[in-house]
Amino acid sequence: MSQDISIKKGLSINIKGAAEKELKKIPLTKFYAHNLHDFHLLIPKLEVKVGDYVKRGQPLFYSKTNESIKFVSNVSGHVRDIVRGERRKILNIIIECDKKDSIVTSSIKPISKLDSESIIKSLLSSGCWPFIKQRPFDIIADPTKKPKSIFISCFDSAPLAIDYKFILNDRLDYFKYGLEVLKKLVSGNLYLGLNSSQSDLAKQLTNFNLNYFNGPHPSGNVGVHIHHIDPINSGEVVWILNPEDVAIIGEFFETGQFNPERTVAVSGPPVKNPKYYRLIIGAELKSVLSSVDLEEGSELRYINGDVLSGKTVSSNGFLGFYNNNLSILREGNNYKLFGWIPFINNKTPSIYKTSFSWLSNGKPKEYDTNLNGEERAFVATGEMESVFPMDVYPMQLIKECLIGDIEKMEKLGIYEVSPEDFGLIDYSSSSKIEAQSIIREGLDYLYKETQ
Amino acid sequence: MNIRSIVDNLKKPFEKGQKLEKFYPAFDAFETFLFVPNHTSRKGAHIRDAIDLKRVMITVIIALLPALFYGIYNTGYQYLAQTTQSFTAVDAILHGSYKIVPMIAVSYIVGLSIEFLFAILRGHQVNEGYLVTGLLIPMIMPVDIPLWMVGVSVAFAVVIGKEAFGGTGMNILNPALTARAFAFFAYPTYMSGNQVWVSEASNVDGVSGETILGMLAAGNTPEQFGVLEMFVGSIPGSIAETSTLMVLIGAFILIYTGIGSWRIMLGCVIGAAITGLLFNLWGANALMSFDWHHHLIVGGFAFGVVFMATDPVSAAQTVKGKWIYGILVGVLCILIRVFNPAYPEGVMLAILLMNVFAPTIDHYVIEANVKRRENRLKTQLRTA
Repeated sequence: MSQDISIKKGLSINIKGAAEKELKKIPLTKFYAHNLHDFHLLIPKLEVKVGDYVKRGQPLFYSKTNESIKFVSNVSGHVRDIVRGERRKILNIIIECDKKDSIVTSSIKPISKLDSESIIKSLLSSGCWPFIKQRPFDIIADPTKKPKSIFISCFDSAPLAIDYKFILNDRLDYFKYGLEVLKKLVSGNLYLGLNSSQSDLAKQLTNFNLNYFNGPHPSGNVGVHIHHIDPINSGEVVWILNPEDVAIIGEFFETGQFNPERTVAVSGPPVKNPKYYRLIIGAELKSVLSSVDLEEGSELRYINGDVLSGKTVSSNGFLGFYNNNLSILREGNNYKLFGWIPFINNKTPSIYKTSFSWLSNGKPKEYDTNLNGEERAFVATGEMESVFPMDVYPMQLIKECLIGDIEKMEKLGIYEVSPEDFGLIDYSSSSKIEAQSIIREGLDYLYKETQ
Repeated sequence: MNIRSIVDNLKKPFEKGQKLEKFYPAFDAFETFLFVPNHTSRKGAHIRDAIDLKRVMITVIIALLPALFYGIYNTGYQYLAQTTQSFTAVDAILHGSYKIVPMIAVSYIVGLSIEFLFAILRGHQVNEGYLVTGLLIPMIMPVDIPLWMVGVSVAFAVVIGKEAFGGTGMNILNPALTARAFAFFAYPTYMSGNQVWVSEASNVDGVSGETILGMLAAGNTPEQFGVLEMFVGSIPGSIAETSTLMVLIGAFILIYTGIGSWRIMLGCVIGAAITGLLFNLWGANALMSFDWHHHLIVGGFAFGVVFMATDPVSAAQTVKGKWIYGILVGVLCILIRVFNPAYPEGVMLAILLMNVFAPTIDHYVIEANVKRRENRLKTQLRTA
């Protein structure tokens, strides 16, 4: 049964430099890497050492807590480096690509002969498992816990939104096959979240449980979908996936090969001709940027993911494991004379009508990374509630996370939220509260104490 | 040399390891007054809204200005009208400024000194909340209150009302009302009666400077004031509370910019209107039969509702809670006015009382949310 849900609270942020629907393929680059911080709370155990030769699809490391969760190489080549940080924590595992592309091929039965156990086994050994994340905690799913449902959001409402329909265009069959495979894993339902504007995509997906969400960001966040369709109670688990990762899973179950192709929208105010690029997960940023036209003259910030919840990556770094966008912003490390007085600085938009910026609300705007103020004591001016479309009290939850009162966190609905749901709260806070990181720490604390 | 490099030079002795390091919060307050700093987002969302606490506070101050300017004029007008000489608006403004500017100066000097002191002792930034409080306090005092009493009330409000609870964002009571309540109970002869509302009224014999609510409480009907005067505000009262018109302009600014909660304001008006109407039906004495819509435009009701009840720190914080809080402020205000002749103006005590109950209101609103979640889990378990 399909539901039509209209989201009222939230905010759509219109930033200059959204990607045009134009796809450019980037040939194999020299280096690829796994950024270990993409896998939150994971403790990796290496299966390779520097200098080893690996094929595409061959395991590089596994999870210490569940050895069956394998992370495989995205390309064939030699392990060039294992970068470690403080206390020898592994940061990156870098592969030098040999461009021969030798592949591990598994034999896979047709879908009619697969049961959930064999599917999970194949997902784990093929390197596809890390694509499946779970709520609560927003970490890689635990294969031993059966989910009550699976959620996939097929549209993006974040600033510089990407178009999954465009991304899946040439792989829609793999996407559908992946959905069929995943459907076998869940006792409840597999839900797809769509926007009303995606009627042509909906026509292709008539076999599945579709729900429609309309309204401002975060209407595309999978957490909002779960909250409105099948909210998570204490003790329950829901799995979530990105649409393109479902296509990768579908391709694996059709061909037996792990093909981690990623479509990335490179966008943001400093990008000239922003568009989509087709490449391999973990590609070196430098070589990607060499084919991107950037405005010069200012310091830039590169973000794996969207500008509200993505992670900063240095220009020497690598693309992330999950993200379909590389957002680029100018660093806002400049002073603004009397910029705090209303109606003086009209360039920086605000949810409050304290500048004339709202007069041109339809037009995309230049945003930079300036905090536009200093951190201050919590003053509850009501902006948090106005951008948070869940039946959860965000400020009270944040306060309990700061205190670390597990019982109250549970009562206030900590299991239903993930840090990205608080992206707009970070954005709109007049006290410049770091809500996402407070919620992340709260979830980590809860995980440590309860799991 | 531009302003920025002058500031950079001045900043050096305040930086880490330098001799004036301790006073950095004070310098920071000065620097961030001139410039929005160059800080960029380090974690969390990479882009941020233009709003910060400074802009919130300055917007409230802008909203207060019409009431303040009218208050200055009305102070002079009320004073000159009781004398028999002829006068112009300029005379009225001059007299008003002569009375009120020193009060504002004392409030800011005393209050900000204490705020800076606490910021330096605690090593955190100076919060901007006092910019509003410091202006509100003189605006809600009777005009003839001695300056030293303003200073003592400010010190009490900032130290006991705010910093004792941990500073901005932590206080339970609205600091400006705390100052007024302190003065009200500590120096009652300067804060109530029929001689304090008009500048130097006690020096002029035979002229009554009573407020409308004061007259009503004494059992008289204020026949000399029409609705228009009550609305425009050319009546005796605390400095800036008299003009409902000017307060409405402020309310418009707060609601339009989104800074002030319209829910609380509307809730207060609904609560007061209904209570006033019920008393009208009862009509046992002068205060009870005072028209319900006149209740809304006399005394400090409008001013309190728009600028004090909406203080985000001491008001209820949940959306439902704001409605309940607002309506109860309105109800209590009229109840106190009608039933307690010792306090003809009820809005101050109504807001302070509801400040105390705001966390309780929020608690029950949130408990309802918790219950919904628990019930959902129960149904889930039953069907499973």
